[in-house]
Parts: sequence; C-alpha cells; structure tokens
Amino acid sequence: MNPQENGDYLATQALRPFEIERGERLLYRLTEFGRLLWEVGIDVGPRKMLDLAETLNYIDITSQGDFYNTLKCSLLPRHEQEMVFNDLYNYYWFQRDRQEGKGNEGQWSPKRNERQLRLPPSELKRLAEHLNTSGNEQRRELRPEMRQSERHHRHAERLDDDDDDLGDPQGTAYSAIEQLRKKDFESFTWDEMQEAKRLMAEMRWDLGMRPTRRKRPSRTGSYPDMRRIVRRNLKHGGELIELTWREIKRKPRPLVIICDISGSMSLYSRLLLHFIHTISNGLLNVEAFVFGTRLTRITRQLKRRDVDEAVRDVSKTVQDWSGGTRIGDALHFFNHKWARRVLGRGAVVLIISDGWDRGDSTVLEVEMDRLQHSCHRLIWLNPLLGSPDYRPLTVGMKTALPFIDNFLPAHNLDSLIDLGNLLQSIGDERPMRDAATRRKAVAAWSKPRV
Amino acid sequence: MDQGQQEVGTFATIEDVQRAMFAQRYIADRSLATAVFLALKQRKPLLLEGEPGVGKTEVAKVLAAVLDTPLIRLQCYEGIDVSTAVYEWNYTRQMLHIRLMEAGGINRQEELKEIFGPDFLIQRPLLQAIDPANAKAPVLLIDELDRSDEEFEAYLLELLSDFQITIPEIGTIRALEPPVVVITSNRTREIHDALRRRCLYYWIDFPALDKEYSIVLARMPDVPERLARQVCAFVHELRAADLFKAPGVAETLDWISSLLALNQLDLVEGPVRDTLGALLKYQDDVLKVGGSELRKTLQKALGALKP
Repeated sequence: MNPQENGDYLATQALRPFEIERGERLLYRLTEFGRLLWEVGIDVGPRKMLDLAETLNYIDITSQGDFYNTLKCSLLPRHEQEMVFNDLYNYYWFQRDRQEGKGNEGQWSPKRNERQLRLPPSELKRLAEHLNTSGNEQRRELRPEMRQSERHHRHAERLDDDDDDLGDPQGTAYSAIEQLRKKDFESFTWDEMQEAKRLMAEMRWDLGMRPTRRKRPSRTGSYPDMRRIVRRNLKHGGELIELTWREIKRKPRPLVIICDISGSMSLYSRLLLHFIHTISNGLLNVEAFVFGTRLTRITRQLKRRDVDEAVRDVSKTVQDWSGGTRIGDALHFFNHKWARRVLGRGAVVLIISDGWDRGDSTVLEVEMDRLQHSCHRLIWLNPLLGSPDYRPLTVGMKTALPFIDNFLPAHNLDSLIDLGNLLQSIGDERPMRDAATRRKAVAAWSKPRV
Repeated sequence: MDQGQQEVGTFATIEDVQRAMFAQRYIADRSLATAVFLALKQRKPLLLEGEPGVGKTEVAKVLAAVLDTPLIRLQCYEGIDVSTAVYEWNYTRQMLHIRLMEAGGINRQEELKEIFGPDFLIQRPLLQAIDPANAKAPVLLIDELDRSDEEFEAYLLELLSDFQITIPEIGTIRALEPPVVVITSNRTREIHDALRRRCLYYWIDFPALDKEYSIVLARMPDVPERLARQVCAFVHELRAADLFKAPGVAETLDWISSLLALNQLDLVEGPVRDTLGALLKYQDDVLKVGGSELRKTLQKALGALKP
C-alpha cells in the first residue's frame, strides 16, 4: 500500500455517510451500554466514554469484530470482568431489542438478576417467617429496605418474648459486655448478636509492620540522604558539615482471610462475615475469600461501608452457602489462582474453619504446605477450639495442623480480641517451620487440655 | 515489507498495525492490533496483563522497532522511587565541582548554583522518555508495574496525565510529543482503578495451537516444522493439565532451543523428560508431568497430530 492510497482511505473513512447518519444514535447507544456496565460494577466513567467516542473516528464500525475489540479494550478494566462484559455485550448489542422491545430498557437481564438475588437459606427462612408467605415471587421482589424493616420487626418481637427473664436489654452495663465477650457465638440470642456486631465494629485493628524497600528522611536513619546533604551544605561552601539521613519505611503487612462458610460453620459464618468486614475496613490491605466447596473472592463486596449492605452483597455472590466443605480443593484453587496475586509483600494468612473436610486429605496436606511456605504467618481460627474438651481429631484438622503457625479459637468476642493482639505482635521473623517444630505442635494439641 | 517503519501514529488501519508487527516477527491477534492501533491514535497508555511469558514485554519492543524509535524501559521493583525512575543528581560530580571551584578561587554564590543545573542531572527512564530533546517520541515500557508500590503508581498516574515532570531546582520539563506508553503487569498486586481508567486494557491469553505454531515459525525460522508442531501440541496438553505454573510461549521457544541443542528432531520420551526444566519451573509440576503420566501426555499430543 503506498502513501497515496493511505491518504485516500483515511478520507473515505472520515466521510463515511453511515456514521454521519447514525452517529448520534450510536453515541446514545454507547452511553446506554456504558451505564449498563457501570451498573454491574465495571468501572466506566464519563472520561472513558468520551475517549471511546473518539475511537470511533479511527475504526471501521461496520466490522463487528473491530467494534467489539474497541469497546473491550476501551471499557473493560480487568480480565476478571471479561465474562460479565461479554454477556452484557451480547445482550445489549444483539439480544435486547429482539427480546423485550424498546419499552423495557431498564430490566436488562432478568436471568442475572435472579441469580444475584439468591439468599442464604437462613435468610430465606427468616423472611418466610416474617412475610408469612412462601410465594417465590414475593421473595424475589424483596428490596433492601424491606429486609431492614424485617430486622427491626424481629428485634421488637424478641424484646417482647424475653421481657421477663432478661430485664432491660438496653442497659448494657459493663458487666453485661464482659459476659457477652466470653459467651460462645453459637448460643447468642438475636439481641446479643446485634450487640456483638456493634462491639465488633468498635474494635480497632492493627497489623504487624513489615520493612519496605523505600526510604524516607529521618533524624536518625542509617542511610545518608545525599541530595539533602549537598543542598544543605552549599551554604557552607560545599564543606560537609550537616549530615542528614534516611531510614527504611515500614508499612502494615497485607492480610488475607480465607473463611469457611460451609454447613458445619453456619452458626458462626454470618457473625464472622461481620468480623471480616470490620477488619477489612480497619486495615489498609485486606483480601477476603470464602469457601465451601469452591472459593469465592469477596474483597470487593466488603469494600462497602455499611456492614449490612456488604454482607448482603457477599450473600448474593456466594453460590455454595452452607453446603459441604472441601478445604483442600479451595486452598488448591487459592494457591494456583490467587496466591501469586495476594500473597506478596509478607502477607499474613488467616484461615477460619472448623476443619470438617469432606475432600481428599492428601490434597489438603500439599496445599497447606505450599500455603505456609508462601506467606509470612499462617493463622488458623477454629470456633470449636473454644470448648475446653475439643481436640483436633477430624481428618481435615489433623492434616492441616502441622502447617499452622498459630492455632486459635474464634468462638467469642474475647477470642477475637486475642487475635487482634496476636496480629499486632507479628514481627519481621518468620516462625520456625521445620519438621521438629511441626511434630511438637501436633503433639501439644493432641494432649487433652486442662 | 514497506511499512516496516512508520511515523508514530500514522497507521491508517488495524491491518497495517498487524502487518507491521508481523514484519517484526510478532504475531498479533486482530484484537491486540486494535488495542495497539487505538493506543497510537489516541496516545493513551496500553495496559497489558497476562500470564508470564505470553509476550507482553515483547509488544513494546516490537512497537519500538515498528515505529523506528528508541525503547526506554523502566523495570519496576518494590521501592522504586524518584531517584531511580525519574532523575538523580550526580553527587560525586557536584562535590568535585565544588572542590575545583574552591581551588580556582571562583566567586562562590553565583557559581555554586550551577551545580544544580542540567549538567549534573542524571536522567532516569521516565525523564528520558519526556525529554524535549528527543527527536521522535520514544516507546516507554513500564515493565511489571505490579512489583512497584502504591506510592510509585500514584506518581506514575500524575506523569501519565500530563507528561511533565517538575524538578524543583530546574523547573518543569514537558514532552514535546508524549511517548507511546506500554505498561505490563503480572498481577502479583492489583493495579489501582485510577490508573486502569487512564489506559486501554488488553489481556494477552495463551495462544491457540495454530497461533503458537505460527509464533514458533516466525521466531525460529530454522526449526523443522515437524518438531515445531509436536512441541506446540505437547505444550498445549500441558497447559490443559492442572499445573502450578503453566508454560508460556517464552518457555516453548526456550524448550525448542534446548531440544535443538540436543539434536532432537522428534519428541521422544527420554530427552523430553531430561529437558522438562526448560518448560516447567516448579518441582511439583516437574514431578506431576515427568512421572508415569509423561508417556500418556506425549502420546496424546502426538496422536492429535496424525490426522
């Protein structure tokens, strides 16, 4: 192709009648498509839309492939959202008009909405009680405000029921809080649950610091700050009289939480989600995952400020609520797909599970070993550990035990406070992880506790 | 091919980009060519993500060759800061200069200011990329951005929005023509949304079987076609297996050179087992593939080629 032809091609492209005629309509459609993307959580702002509009001058929009590629590389910000993007692209540009006609543009994907609104069984049960209906339609129509009011309703009901034996639950005196802190989550009443959530929200979290490779000016560092030294000493005619220093900057470690939400954990999982929410809002760098039979990342859902909204979002995302457990498979998935992405920079890993595992224990062993080697500290929280006669005898727990750096209970508020203290005390050194240490740890836990 | 070398941003069509990259022995999908084309037209940074070894960095190198412009590469690492990425004063020279002036008995106050002038400045990649003295906009490759920390990313965000750098002692330096920016990430850390928003995004996937075969032939024209086919089929089988780290295209090419170095013209179990280290980089993976399964995988891969 010679330059002359190039120029001609450009000219014809700029003046294609198709564009002039359809231009405005197309821009409208693009904006609408952008809004749909935004609604499903793909980060599309006005700036991106403007840039996209500009690209249409350069590409041949009559070619479907190029049009798709252009939209994708301009609007899609990350690989994980590619499937959603593709679904939406197909829906919007190919199916919507055919399916619903133009009157119905708001309800863009009934199928997806339905899937997202799936609630955990416990939530459904509670709803059914409240609504006194079991019609599926009504459940699906549910709006957040309604659920909120439903909670209030139940709250009121409880107050009536327990009036005579509990006294005034509003009078949360110090001793009441003390008691609550020691009580097992399992036996919480609904009110206590609310109180516990409130207390949790008030907890402050602090994670051990790690040295970074960045330095900052300081009075007493151990690295000379050459730039400042030269500048400062110019006034002494370049004689080095004042010295300035830089020191290593420290930052909190990343925290990765992997929480079991399978059936056996169902008594704890809601409250633990609240706990994970407070901890991820209190710390800078937290990644959270939940698993039953499969692993789901919930970091983005937990970013919402309001804890109820966040937990609700998580419930929508998670598919295997209160199902079986396959810890080994979940960790395998984590190690292969996520470890490289979230375990850099000396991360601390927190696994919350009771260790009831229906999967293959050899898988669990391999994956625990790998996980321990790729993190700075591996902490396992087990709600059952709260009971004094608990011993880690299930196959899952026995398999995992040698690879755990800290094995802690997570059954009441006090245990969470202990966890907070532990997190704060994490130092620069990794714990010993040789065979002898592992054997000792296992032996210690196998003995009956006093 | 006559479009081997192009002025920045003068590609008329996506095919031109694709062809020019092919001339530099890079096989680009039409979707990747579209992203590159738009990055040149709109002068937006191109953010490339993908598994290690799928050719992210190569895109920038090829682009520099295609545009016949220098490639300026900034390899990111944790703790990368202004003095290693943007500029640094040459302290030794400054000190020496001060001594020299003293010896020459030169008027101090006036002359001392000189030592914070351009002569004593060491340009690091980012400053080089926007130097107004550049004859042509260079290609700026910011490699493995995920390795740097958030502070650096924030700094970069600022730089990418107006392509100017302020040095307190000298003033503001602004690019005459903004560089072509290619950013790569291996996703060991999530790149912040604000930066993503500025960029065109493209995910480079492992190539399909046929594409990988064309890549091998383009990069290593001397490889016997038969061996190339067998290798691609085998690597393809491996990627389907559940490995901790699936081999990338870079590993495929490495492996072929190892096989050629051993004078292998066909995939045979023994030499394959001995050279697995060129493909697989984790002991677990080597054990998994190199065990009793190897013969089966090999047969499956070669069997698929027969028809």
